[in-house]
Amino acid sequence: MGMTSVLLNIDERRVVPALQEAGEKLESTKGEAVLDFSSVCRINSSALRAMEEFVGVANDKGVKVVLSGVNVGVYKVLKLAKLASRFSFSK
Amino acid sequence: MIAREAEQKTVQVPLAVESLSAERIAYLERLVSQAKTAAAVFTQFTQEDVDRIVKAMVLAGLERAQYLAGLAIEETKLGVMEDKVIKNMVATEFTYNYVKDKRTVGIIREFPDRNLVEVAEPIGVILSLTPITNPTSTVLFKCIMAIKTRNAVIFSPHPSSWRCCSEAVRIMGETAVKHGAPEGVFSCLESHTLQDNAYLMRHKDVGLIDVTGGQGAVKAAYSSGKPALGVGAGNTAVYLEKTADVNTAVVDIIISKTFDNGTICASEQTVVIDDEIYDLALRKFSELGAHICNEEETKVLERTVIDPQTGFMQPMAVGQKATDIARFVGLSVQPNTKLLIAPIHGVGREHPLSMEKLFPVLAVYRARCADEALKVCVDVNHAGGLGHTAVIFSRNDEIIHKFSEVMNAGRIIVNSPGSIGALGAVYNDLVPTFSFGCGTSGGNSTTDNVNVFHYLNIKRVARRTQAHMWFRVPDQIYFNMNAVENVRQFPSQSTVIVTNPALEHIGHVDIVRRHISPQTYVHVLVIPDAEPEIKVVVQGVETLHFYKADQIIALGGGSVIDAAKIMKLKYESPEADLEELAAPFLDLRKRVVQYPTEKINRARLIAIPTTSGTGSEVTPFAVLTDKERGRKVTLADYSLSPDVAIVDPQFVLTMPKGLTADTGIDCLTHALEAGVSNYASPYTDSNAMQAIRLVFKYLPIAYEHPRNEEARCMMHNAACIAALAFSNASVGVNHALAHAFGARFGVAHGRANAFMLPHVIAYNAAVPTKFMPSPYQQGYVAHKKYATVADLLGLGGHTVDEKVRKLIAATENLLDQLGFPRSIAELGISREEFERAVPEMTKIAFDDPSWRSNPRMPLMSELVELFWKAYQGRGLAKVVGASQ
Repeated sequence: MGMTSVLLNIDERRVVPALQEAGEKLESTKGEAVLDFSSVCRINSSALRAMEEFVGVANDKGVKVVLSGVNVGVYKVLKLAKLASRFSFSK
Repeated sequence: MIAREAEQKTVQVPLAVESLSAERIAYLERLVSQAKTAAAVFTQFTQEDVDRIVKAMVLAGLERAQYLAGLAIEETKLGVMEDKVIKNMVATEFTYNYVKDKRTVGIIREFPDRNLVEVAEPIGVILSLTPITNPTSTVLFKCIMAIKTRNAVIFSPHPSSWRCCSEAVRIMGETAVKHGAPEGVFSCLESHTLQDNAYLMRHKDVGLIDVTGGQGAVKAAYSSGKPALGVGAGNTAVYLEKTADVNTAVVDIIISKTFDNGTICASEQTVVIDDEIYDLALRKFSELGAHICNEEETKVLERTVIDPQTGFMQPMAVGQKATDIARFVGLSVQPNTKLLIAPIHGVGREHPLSMEKLFPVLAVYRARCADEALKVCVDVNHAGGLGHTAVIFSRNDEIIHKFSEVMNAGRIIVNSPGSIGALGAVYNDLVPTFSFGCGTSGGNSTTDNVNVFHYLNIKRVARRTQAHMWFRVPDQIYFNMNAVENVRQFPSQSTVIVTNPALEHIGHVDIVRRHISPQTYVHVLVIPDAEPEIKVVVQGVETLHFYKADQIIALGGGSVIDAAKIMKLKYESPEADLEELAAPFLDLRKRVVQYPTEKINRARLIAIPTTSGTGSEVTPFAVLTDKERGRKVTLADYSLSPDVAIVDPQFVLTMPKGLTADTGIDCLTHALEAGVSNYASPYTDSNAMQAIRLVFKYLPIAYEHPRNEEARCMMHNAACIAALAFSNASVGVNHALAHAFGARFGVAHGRANAFMLPHVIAYNAAVPTKFMPSPYQQGYVAHKKYATVADLLGLGGHTVDEKVRKLIAATENLLDQLGFPRSIAELGISREEFERAVPEMTKIAFDDPSWRSNPRMPLMSELVELFWKAYQGRGLAKVVGASQ
């Protein structure tokens, strides 16, 4: 069975809609969803909630969520919010 | 319903949370979750971000100060509207003034001199309990602190001030979010129960509990196992001392005690007044609107405003006006009465009005003298007010100081109102607050006025400091043949030459005397040719006193010079306690015992060595033999260094071969140990290396050809140069072993060193079992420095290991050339005898300060091993093999 991945660049100004769009693509995704956070300097509470929801849905569908290019400030936010363990990280 | 502070005093918050419904738990979890998310997001904010938000919140708080005060009065029925407005303004404006320029994000403080930087780390989620007495002002204050420090807060207001507090939280929260704060940064429990608090206090995601309120809540917070800021109850004692400005004091007390109807827990409770001004003070109180109760009225108050069962104040009185209280209890007072003053004659449960009263009833006590007044203040302090606040009105600094010593209070307010004074920033420079830490006596973790810095974890970034080092040597060193002629340049009325019998016999003393001015009285003190004992030193000091010596010439080997150093010390500073001065230390500069600096006599010490080894002529060390305990006591301090060293080889030309070898190896040991010492520096290295080179080149010649002047001269210089190195870099484990072994078996110091030396080189060159902490060195370098020595000596070898082996071999070869026995066993010491001695020698060696600078920290088991290697003795293969 072939692997289908979601590859998505996340724009800091529209993290929530971007994740909603990515969520819609999860239906047809197998394997992993890669979200590129390279251009995200900060995340806010709404984005954090959206990420939590997204990873919940992805996990239910057996899709692994990989965050790439996460800066250490955002990474720390994910750790403090106890969400980091639910994602995989790549450079 | 009016709930009261007093109720909280007697109620322990239960930790059992089983009675919470699943729905309630879900609600509490939502609060924590949103606070946790907000706190996480908040970590990304900069100082500028939070400062901008704080300013907006402060302005919003100021704008709504009257509105919130009105809500508080309406809901709690406590206090005074106008005062609550002031409180809200203080909580915002004054707090802002304190925090506005404070750094609370990122690097908050730097200490360049100490290479230290402090970095702020938010706490995360704070659970904050707020009181009924100062409801909205406390909320405003804590909101500002939380935003300034990037924390999220869940508020749990006193149930009877929930509406006004939740409105304050709403205003602060909406303003903060509008200006960029994370959503959910503040929340307020909806109509909570004690179980809610218990649940949240134990929640894993709550980082800190900040309780401003009753003792029950404070105790519950501290009992939860969470870090907590709980602040305690007060019972503010006031001493109105006879030198005080009575007019000012009375007005200040009235301002404070009537402020918000006395609800601030720092407000005055009992005023102790000196007899001389008692009547005057009460007259002033009366003139300014206080009602002075007679004995009967006082008894009525005692029965009514304080609960006779608990000793705590009655809720009906808290925060009420004086006239209302009077009406409740049936006293007749003027309609404009501000304050009820009740004279009392003692403190404690039998005198109920001496306890805390958060309402405008003030106890007064007439004291016959300052001593009685202070004692009564202490009694009040201990009657429920430990750690909180105390007030004194006085112009007598001595009394103020005494008061501050005897009162246990985090805030001692002088010549100003207690409550507003304790709040800070109005009458004094205390940090503005609405939470008074009461210290451990008050069951709290701090005595501070709680402020933004209590809402931060402060991380200290400690960069490695460049340790200050030193290179200290005697002022003057004269060397080469006939250097002794320089003695004549030192003026003296009375000189004592300390020497030993042999040197006097062979004419060395006469050589020295020839160079002393004929006007100088000279006495020769001959001491035994052995390492000095206490009694020798004592006799020497008596001689120095007898001849009123202003100059001591030590002519001899290390023992004579060491004896002279200690004689000088005791002569100049008779109080010096040698036993204490020999106390062990880890770092010379941090030692507990300091050598005396006050001197009642002064004498110049000129050291003229007659052996080429100890280097005592330039060192700050002196070794005493403690025969009773079979050990050597090492004294070390730069004040022991001779003033002048004269290194004249004419005094060593007749040195016997054995002594030449022993002292020469002592010199080599000094240089090698200084070379690898943790205190080694480029300054000491240059001396150590040069000394090693000279020893390897000239010691065999001096040994074989004692009259070879060049060899003698170079060895004499080598000893002094090595001593310059180890005076500043110290020695190492070789000396610790040799001291212990030499003292136990009566073996000369140099010879004792020789038994250990090859083994110690191998030991230090191996990877340590335990590294010695050393801020002076970069990495472990002992093996490399031995390799450098090998290179200097031209021993060959390609790798560090190879070079170390060659150095060990060269050392062994040198010992062979000098005819040393190469094992302790060869001295005729039986294995059994040695085995019996090893445990005690090990303890003594471990106590010896010599090894503190050794590059490798010796374990006791390793000292034992080294002793046995020395016992078993020779063989490069054995030595090197053992080190691997």
